[in-house]
Amino acid sequence: MLLLWSILAGISLVIIILLVRLYVVLGTGSECRPGKKGSVSMLVVAGSGGHTTEIIRLMGSLSQSYGPRHYVIADTDKMSEEKIRTFEVSKTSDSQSQFTIHRIPRSREVRQSWSSSVVSTLYALLYSVPLVFRLRPDMVLCNGPGTCVPLCAAGLLLGVLGLKRVLIIYVESICRVETLSMSGKILYHLADYFFVQWPSLKDKYPNTIYLGRVV
Amino acid sequence: MKTVFVTVGTTSFNELIVSLVTKEAIQALVDRGYTDLALQVGRGSFLPGPERCPGLKLEVFRFKDSISDYINKADLIISHAGAGSCLEALGAGKPLLVVVNDNLMDNHQLELAKQLHSDCHLLYCTCSTLTQTLKTMDLSVLKTFLPGQPQNFANFLNKVTGLI
Repeated sequence: MLLLWSILAGISLVIIILLVRLYVVLGTGSECRPGKKGSVSMLVVAGSGGHTTEIIRLMGSLSQSYGPRHYVIADTDKMSEEKIRTFEVSKTSDSQSQFTIHRIPRSREVRQSWSSSVVSTLYALLYSVPLVFRLRPDMVLCNGPGTCVPLCAAGLLLGVLGLKRVLIIYVESICRVETLSMSGKILYHLADYFFVQWPSLKDKYPNTIYLGRVV
Repeated sequence: MKTVFVTVGTTSFNELIVSLVTKEAIQALVDRGYTDLALQVGRGSFLPGPERCPGLKLEVFRFKDSISDYINKADLIISHAGAGSCLEALGAGKPLLVVVNDNLMDNHQLELAKQLHSDCHLLYCTCSTLTQTLKTMDLSVLKTFLPGQPQNFANFLNKVTGLI
């Protein structure tokens, strides 16, 4: 019985320490300047359809200092890989391509129920953690597909464990005028820089960044 | 040649197609000088025949790999409220009439169409007001939709990451 209590106390202590670490880590985003070393490696979460189109517009504006670029797409997504390859080929003039594409299980299909979303997000987390720990990007860039929540969580875990501070950049889709998406509502509290593209959202969520439409 | 392109994206929106090929609506298009009508009906079950559109050259299809040719050729685009369709039409600088599907009131995609309407980038109606809108609409009130500025995003990131 005593052993059981010690185990429970131990687990609770670890959870409390991790939460405190998370709180501390979230406060250090503005001091994190990975570009000082000359380049910023990226994990880019392309969703599907419109999300991919928007993220490619954003990527198109970034200089070659942002690399290598690791794209993550949902394994059920057929179109995005083609769009990303076309974009990368047009971006890099030399043959030295600095990008990779990875697939993980989709954490939430359109119209999937909430409860089963939780289960499939946990499942996606199992894939996200090893991927993010292996790639160790300076930054995660995403814009709202369900897949981005477990990937951002994995990025934050690197910071919580003291292995690497990963910047989380979230750009809410241009489709969102009055309300944040599901992923947006979660990542609003976790992202280091959270962009919205309409002033009404900036009014509702004061900790967002509004630079006009950016896609 | 003056073309109207109607698109429902990946959805089915029979009511829009039915409202559009009524005698009165077709006549309104002819009166405005349109000569061609292309209908992209998606998963809809109603594919009207040419007898429904006297005075217009009709083309009906479900899906194409790319509809950008149709968008670029069109002089007027009539679309469902889907964000992708709206942005593609406006990005090509085409006059756009969005027909809202009343059966999808909680659809968050409506947010964007409503905002773009209040900024005068598109016209907006429902199936029941479509004919009236086609008769009375004034396309000259529409304002050009300027593309977004990803460079602002890039400049911001360069600064906060310490690249410059």
